[in-house]
Formats: sequence, structure tokens, C-alpha cells
Amino acid sequence: MKKRLPLIIVLVLGIFAVIAFVVPHPVVQSIDETVRNDVIRIITAFSLVLGIGSIIRHHIIKVQRKAEHWPFSWVTLIALAVSAVIGLFGGIDPSVRSLLPTSIGGFSFHMQTLYENMIIPLGATMFSLLAFFMASAAYRAFRARNFEATLLLVAAFVLMLGAVPLGRMLVKPLPEFAEWILSVPNTAAKRGINFGIGLGIFATSLKILLGIERGWLGGGGS
Amino acid sequence: MIVALLTALALVGLAPPTGVTAADRPNDGGKTILVSWTSSGDPEITNFRVLRQAEGAESWDTVGLVGRLARSFTDSRARDGVRFHYALLAVSDTATATSETTGWATSSPQWFNTDRVSAMVATLVFLFLVVFAISQARRGRGLFIRRIAGLDAVEEALGRATEMGRPILYVPGLSSIADVATIAALNILSEIAKKTASFGTPLIVPNRDPIVYTVAREMVKEAYTSVGRPDAFNQDMVFFLTDQQFAFAAAVDGIMVREKPATNFLMGMFWAESLILAETGASTGAIQIAGTDALAQLPFFITACDYTLIGEELYAASAYISREPLLLGTIKGQDYSKLLILAAVVVGTALALAFNLPVTGLF
Repeated sequence: MKKRLPLIIVLVLGIFAVIAFVVPHPVVQSIDETVRNDVIRIITAFSLVLGIGSIIRHHIIKVQRKAEHWPFSWVTLIALAVSAVIGLFGGIDPSVRSLLPTSIGGFSFHMQTLYENMIIPLGATMFSLLAFFMASAAYRAFRARNFEATLLLVAAFVLMLGAVPLGRMLVKPLPEFAEWILSVPNTAAKRGINFGIGLGIFATSLKILLGIERGWLGGGGS
Repeated sequence: MIVALLTALALVGLAPPTGVTAADRPNDGGKTILVSWTSSGDPEITNFRVLRQAEGAESWDTVGLVGRLARSFTDSRARDGVRFHYALLAVSDTATATSETTGWATSSPQWFNTDRVSAMVATLVFLFLVVFAISQARRGRGLFIRRIAGLDAVEEALGRATEMGRPILYVPGLSSIADVATIAALNILSEIAKKTASFGTPLIVPNRDPIVYTVAREMVKEAYTSVGRPDAFNQDMVFFLTDQQFAFAAAVDGIMVREKPATNFLMGMFWAESLILAETGASTGAIQIAGTDALAQLPFFITACDYTLIGEELYAASAYISREPLLLGTIKGQDYSKLLILAAVVVGTALALAFNLPVTGLF
């Protein structure tokens, strides 16, 4: 029953989702919206507790075992605790009075300040690394090891040269040819892949709805 | 005197739009009325105000303001069952002119969206083809599936990790469980976990989404149990990291550098972090097998990984690895569907070219 019940729920909700696709009536759409938004939010809230439990457990084990770079686990655990205390008792909106003070003089440490001044810059730093990784990936891609890599190299060279004024100066129709590569062979390949993706999504959904693919049910006995 | 004369001429001369009609917008959930009109072609008009009057009301309300080139307006603030009529006020810099009033229109919700009939027909055809292929598989018909290099390399990659005594890193994408690519990635994880359980290879599965984490943990646990190695399952092999995109990328990069996995699987949905992950993995010397349906990320994976599952191969992977006939049947169904689409494209193109038929309008 532990496996049959989720299968029945999935089948019913799956069929309902198909019905909601073709029935625009508010009666059907409101139920669909409730399932998609409210129910999923409730499930996410529960799973978030499990997720936080997982991260705490993972880092406590690293600290206990003195695994490589274990002091960083302390940083994670302390940051988690401090964020939780500020979020729960200090609130998010600085204009609303909270249980704990979230500023000392001009130094503010309420949740939004932490997010804007720590999380966002740290994320931006990681994102900026992409430029360097692109350079190393381009070097790897542009080594003409085989026919495909050579084709990639030539196409990229034409596209890059076609996008700058120097390209037109060297060969007049180069920008048009670069545009043609993008809009004809490139688009044709993308559409071909998209057909496959669409059918793949359809087949995967069907496998789950019909109960052929049951790996997602996990354990829990029959 | 001249200015007054010109103003008077403008007031008289502004031509309002003609043929103004109002009707319930079809194929929606109600509360919308579509107002359309024909332009009078008066170049003085700068915009139109859409006026509405409910039955029994004395005043007219302005419900919309549209530019001079607009030929229709959707009033999405109508009330179902209430009768309204509309008029357009053509506005120029110096004058206004009102069109004729439309007949009464009432909005109502529909029970069937006829615009989606073609999608429904296509769905039913594909459903038939997939079910047909599954029934063939049930009857034991041999199904030929083309070789996928990235999946053939899985055994080799796992064997290499076992020999080196290093772990396998499996990242099931960064999307939520609502993304079918994530579900496909979890299905592949299930098959990989069965093999790591059999080989006794350590497995590391970091997650960005808490729901994906709980499902992944249960799937790995079930996989270890199914091959008779429940003792080898460790709660800590599947864990939640963070829901922040680049914090997750930084953490996974850290795992790659510290733990030095012999094989990295990057399966599912990825965004800008794809190259950060793949390049870091490549720098550690790991075999990398990636799979995604994110077209923008495919070139990065193809460049930085040893094998890449492109689009549909991601969805076919779990069936390909498990070799279960029923699952293989669904891949065959996809192939039949692709053949049908290809035939439709070829025939449609030929008809369009030969007879100038508007075949795209059919859908």
C-alpha cells in the first residue's frame, strides 16, 4: 500500500494536469493552481526541515571526524545558526519592530542587509569566475583534434570574425554568412534536439504515470 | 481666427474607427471580452480610449488606452454574465471622436480550449505509439536501441573509480522536482547507485533542492537495498547543500577538489554554473559524463566533459542502463514518434513548396 498509494495519487494528478491543459474553466484551473502552488509549497516546507537537518548532520560528522578542511564546517554551522537567529528573532524588514535589535549604531545586520552585502557579492564572485573558465574551455574546444572539433573551430572563428567590423573589412559577405550559420544550420540542429527533448519529456511522464518507472518511489516496503 | 477655424475643422473632421464589435473571447476561463475594430485611416488620431457601459448603468467607464495602430483590445475586467457594450473614443492632439456603440457582449468561461485540439491529437497519437511499443516489449520482441557512447562509458567509469578507490560524484542538476530533467536525472541515479552498491564504490550526491534531496536519498537507499547491500548505504552520501545557485557551485567545486572523485556525473538541469562545475571537474582529472536538456549549456558540457548526453539521451538513459524491456519500449515509442514528425515535416515542406499550401496554418 505504501507504494500503491503514491502511484494512485500520481496517476490521478497526472490525468488531472492533462485535463487542466485543455479545460480553461475556473473550476478546473483553481484546483490545478492549488495543487501546483499551495500543495507544493507545503511539501517544500516539510522537505526544507529535512534539508536543514541534512546539512547540520553532514557538517557535524565532518567536525567529529576531523575531515579535510573541517574548520570550514564550523563556519557553515555558525553562519546557519546566526542567520536563523537573525531571521527568526530579528525579522527581515528593518522597519518592523523585532524581538532582537538588528543594528548597532550605523552597523545594520538584519536579514536583508546580510543577503544584499554577503550572499549577492559572494554569488557574483563565483559567477565572475565563469570568464576564466570560458577561456580554458575555449582553449580545450579549439584544439582541432578531430573532424568535429575542427568544424567547431572553423564555425566559431567565422562567427567571431563576422561579429566584428574587421570581418566585413576582410571578406565583405562574412557577417551575412555568420548570420546564416546561426539562423539556418544552428537553428535546424536546435529544433531537432528540441523535438527529441519534447518526446523524451512525454515518454518519461508516461512511464511515471503508468507506473513503469518506479525508482522515484524509493524504499518503504510494498 | 485661423487657429479657431482649424480647431473647428479638426473637431468636425476626425474620423473614428468603424466596424467596432465586442464578443466573448473564446477558449478562456471567462471575464474577458474582445473588442475589435477597423481603422478609419485618419492620420490625426494618436490613440484610442476603450469605453464600456454595463447594462443598466448610466455612465461610461474607460477600460483601456491603446495606440493608433491597435486593432483590438481585450477587456480582462469584465464580469461573467453581465452584459456590456463598448465604444471607442478616437483622440488626436486637438479633437476627439466617438465610434458607434457595439452590441451587447457577455463573457463566460469555456469547458474546452479548441486551440489545443492539435496538441491533444498529437498527444493521443504519441500515447498510442508508446503504448504500442511497450506492448511489443511485453511480448518479448527484440528492440534495437542505438548505442549511446556516454552510457556505454558508465561501466568503465565506475570500474575506474573502484580500482582507484575514489568516490563517484553525482549531481542531479539544480532544478526542482517539477522539472522532468530532474526526474530523468534521479532515474539515472537509481541505476548508478545499484552499480556503486554492487562494486562497493563510495557515492556522493549533493543536492540544491530539498525535495530533490529527499527523493534522491530514498532512491539511493532503495537501490542499495535492491542489490542486497542495505548495510553499504550511508545517510551521509546524499545530502542537501544550499538552494543558492553559486553557493552550490562553490560547494560542489570544493567537493571535487577535496574528495577528487574518479567520475563526475552532471545530469539534469543546469544554468550558468555548468561550465564552472565541468571545468573544475576536468582540472581534477575525473572522467566526466554530463547530460542535460538545457540547449544553452550543451556546448559547455560537450567542451569540458568526456561524454555528453544530448537532450533526449538524458531521458533514455535510465532505460538504456537498466535494459528493462518495458522501459526500452518507451524509447522505441519515442523513435516511432520522431519518425512520424520527420515524415510530417518532409511531406509538409513538399506540399508547401509544390502547391504553396499554408500547411503551418493547420497547427
